[in-house]
Amino acid sequence: MKLSNISLGNIKRRKAKMLFLILGLVIGISTVVTLISITESMTQNIEERLNQFGANIVMVPKSENLSLNYGGIAVGGVNYKVQEFDEADLKWIRTIKNAKNLAIVAPKVLGPVKVKDKKVLMMGVRFEDELALKTWWQKTEGAYPAKDNEVMLGSKAAALLRYKPGDTLILSGKPLKITTVLKQTGASEDNAIIADLHTTQALLEKEGKISMVEISALCQGCPISELTLQIAAKFPNGRVTAMKQAVMSKMQSIDMFKSFSLGVSVLVVLIGSLLVLVTMMGSVNERTREIGIFRAIGFRRGHIMQIILLEALLLGIIGGIVGFGMGNLIAWTIIPLVIKDGIFSGMNTSLGFVSVLTAVALSLLASLYPAFKASSMDPSEALRAL
Amino acid sequence: MNTVNHLIEVHDLKKTYQSGSKKIEAIKQMNFHVDDEEFITIMGQSGSGKSTLLSVMGALNHPSRGKVMIDSLDLYGLTAEQRADFRSEYIGFIFQSFQLIPYLTVLENVKLPMAVTGQKKKIKNQMALEVIEKVGLKEKINRLPDQLSGGEQERVAIARAIVNKPPVILADEPTGNLDTRTAKEIMSLLQSLNKDGHTVIVVTHNPEMASFATRSIRVRDGVCYT
Repeated sequence: MKLSNISLGNIKRRKAKMLFLILGLVIGISTVVTLISITESMTQNIEERLNQFGANIVMVPKSENLSLNYGGIAVGGVNYKVQEFDEADLKWIRTIKNAKNLAIVAPKVLGPVKVKDKKVLMMGVRFEDELALKTWWQKTEGAYPAKDNEVMLGSKAAALLRYKPGDTLILSGKPLKITTVLKQTGASEDNAIIADLHTTQALLEKEGKISMVEISALCQGCPISELTLQIAAKFPNGRVTAMKQAVMSKMQSIDMFKSFSLGVSVLVVLIGSLLVLVTMMGSVNERTREIGIFRAIGFRRGHIMQIILLEALLLGIIGGIVGFGMGNLIAWTIIPLVIKDGIFSGMNTSLGFVSVLTAVALSLLASLYPAFKASSMDPSEALRAL
Repeated sequence: MNTVNHLIEVHDLKKTYQSGSKKIEAIKQMNFHVDDEEFITIMGQSGSGKSTLLSVMGALNHPSRGKVMIDSLDLYGLTAEQRADFRSEYIGFIFQSFQLIPYLTVLENVKLPMAVTGQKKKIKNQMALEVIEKVGLKEKINRLPDQLSGGEQERVAIARAIVNKPPVILADEPTGNLDTRTAKEIMSLLQSLNKDGHTVIVVTHNPEMASFATRSIRVRDGVCYT
């Protein structure tokens, strides 16, 4: 006969009450697990969506002068001589320590061309990367260029040059088919002719040269400034800048979700603990007679506390395991319903371990007062209930 | 001059309870002693103070005044935890209405007092089975209390009281819920325990049960008459 037999016996006998107590823990733990899983999924989702808003790192060649334009308005005819990157060197970007965080690397070559006696910006891009980066681009009609003799025009450029999809543009004697015109974006591409990278390099006589690189980094759990430094180390002649605004808004959104989840979790855990406390108190009050007998036959105060806390420990373990399972099940069910394209990221064993520990700690803490009360019961008072 | 040492000595005992603004004197003044291997009945009407006396003698209820000495040990000079250890070692309680733990089997109920002693599991089992056999319930060790008759439950209560081999057995109305025949059987069992060397003190209001004892103490209005 051990004290644990008494604890187990009591749990078996008071099934309804103990189930109610476990329910309190399960509600608390499963809510926390569900919220954490949803927050994780939301964070991932937001990351992915925000990453789709474009580059968060820009690399341009180093310049000795400051740019004299603001909001798209140039205020001086500054002629700044720039160095350009070698296209062959781009492979070094993918060799940085955090290379796995790099989603898209989109190089560009820029230069002026003359069309119908008008100077127009020509931008050479790798369409596959550029379209993945600029998800907000919308075309009017036709298709995005797929061949090296196809181009598309920005909305202002098309209007100024009076071209429409299907027309052919002759540049340096080379006919280029206009496949589509971009809808207005409000950015520099509105004024540009956008063509294949290598075609543009040839037309601008900048073979193998790159004017700038836009990079989209997946930055969940990695500091963007570190990525910037790692890239800068590979390109001593480049100026690498992090688009902090995008990162900050990203972090703010994530922090907001985390704070919300934390608030709700604390509240639910408090309610769960209260449920455990009330149920345990009820159980102790019901067992006055029993506790009186235990004390009369020689049980010390510590033995009574052990019996009650052992019950709490066992119920905490059960509540933690069931709560963790339930939380994952709820998360798995509702994530696809509440988050567009949201995917349940699977059971997290460390979260499971923490869940069981938390449930045990909560159960023990909430049972501490009832256990103390039971152990402090005057045996003669308890026996008067006989 | 020789001093006689009795097993139990009750000196100038007084116990009052506070009930709201009212003070109830359960024990007004008591002095008596019990010798080793005596079988005593404490007789009295309901509310005479006999159950209070038993709980004070059993180291469960601190008196308002006076002393209880068992084996020359002043019970209320001990700390609460020392008194718990004392109860475990020295006293076997038999309560009114059996007071078995309903979710434990006969064997587990009997072994209950041994849950806080240091013996090995095998010895505990052996000791429990011995006393269960002594009270005649060998065939029913795996039954739960509600599967037993009143007399059988009382026997389990007795087995639980003696399993740690305490020198003193205190029984509070052990026959109160039993028919006359079973009550006599139980008293005979207590008598045999007394013959085995236990000092037995039984509180009862039934004068018939006094015939089993070696001596009776009468309690009336919180005062005892030996």
